[in-house]
Amino acid sequence: MTDAPPLSTEAAAWPAQLYAALKSAGVRHASYVPDAGHAELIRRFQQDPEAIEVMLSTEEEGVALACGAWLGGMRSVVLMQSSGVGNCINMLSLPAQARMPLLMLVTMRGEWGEFNPWQVPMSRAVQPTLEAMGMTVLRVEAAQDVAPTVAQAAAMAYGADQRIAVLLGQKLLGAKTW
Amino acid sequence: MVSQTVERRAAVAALLAERGEGEARALVVSGLGSPTWDLHAAGDVPENFYLWGAMGGAAMVALGVAQAQPARRVIALTGDGEQLMALGALATIGAAKPSNLTVVVLDNEHYAETGAQPSHTGRGVDMAEVARACGFAETAVARSLSEVETLGARLAEPANGPRLFVVKIGVEAPPRSLPTRDAPYLKTRFREALGFKPG
Repeated sequence: MTDAPPLSTEAAAWPAQLYAALKSAGVRHASYVPDAGHAELIRRFQQDPEAIEVMLSTEEEGVALACGAWLGGMRSVVLMQSSGVGNCINMLSLPAQARMPLLMLVTMRGEWGEFNPWQVPMSRAVQPTLEAMGMTVLRVEAAQDVAPTVAQAAAMAYGADQRIAVLLGQKLLGAKTW
Repeated sequence: MVSQTVERRAAVAALLAERGEGEARALVVSGLGSPTWDLHAAGDVPENFYLWGAMGGAAMVALGVAQAQPARRVIALTGDGEQLMALGALATIGAAKPSNLTVVVLDNEHYAETGAQPSHTGRGVDMAEVARACGFAETAVARSLSEVETLGARLAEPANGPRLFVVKIGVEAPPRSLPTRDAPYLKTRFREALGFKPG
């Protein structure tokens, strides 16, 4: 196995652009079960004195937390890996039934160049299960599309009371290597 | 010997006796089933957010409210069954360390809504000890109305971190006291009480 090629400047810049897009959308509350693909975004939320970041023990906590933050007047984003989507399903009843905004950013495993077969079943179920719970699912595969997609997803979520998941494809993140 | 318990409606009324008024009124999120009926019976105000589903969510919804409204006292009113489903949330709250959040577990040691099957807390699991191990600043177990009244007074006092109070209640089910199931209405009413106008 060869080392991954160095990231282009554009590719390396997308987490910073994503953070800036969330900030300009007024998001200053973030919760997560960590994933390598979210590491830079998590680090920026941790270092932002204006932001609140919450480490979750399981992803559905983040759905409930984001709903509570919204009740209290704050915009929250939930970060997770594709495997965590399955943990959220029943809790998604809450924002669906209360017609609350929800913005989830999901880093995908189990697709582009995946080496671990255990990641594949939930990966394949991510979009159909989210859609079954009434969420709108957007997918990003190219670095330059991340920030604009998340910016409009945030506008739709918080402005139009929608529940939106943005899937960050494994092609964007790069196949995981050990 | 059967341990002493408190009647649940009397317990919730005593806990919320010093809830406060206006901008000082504590915000309360109740878990599905009986805690929601109990909260409604104690007085239907805009600062109540009732869950009718999303089991396991009450404490985390309350954490979100507490973080967004740091100047307000926030109470999650839940049951042993719901909080057992979300033991991890106690770790998350312990790590987040909100000083304005109290989780109240109405613990009848049974799944009373579904046929009174004994729950884990009736089989030796100690929820207050779990919370203590998760770093909660204060924990307590109340078994009498006077102990609940003491906790109600503590709810009105500032805390140094998250608190979890277990109230051991009887397994009896009082007549249901049902709030509206219209969640958008409850959401808008709650936010409006905090000064956020409907969009």
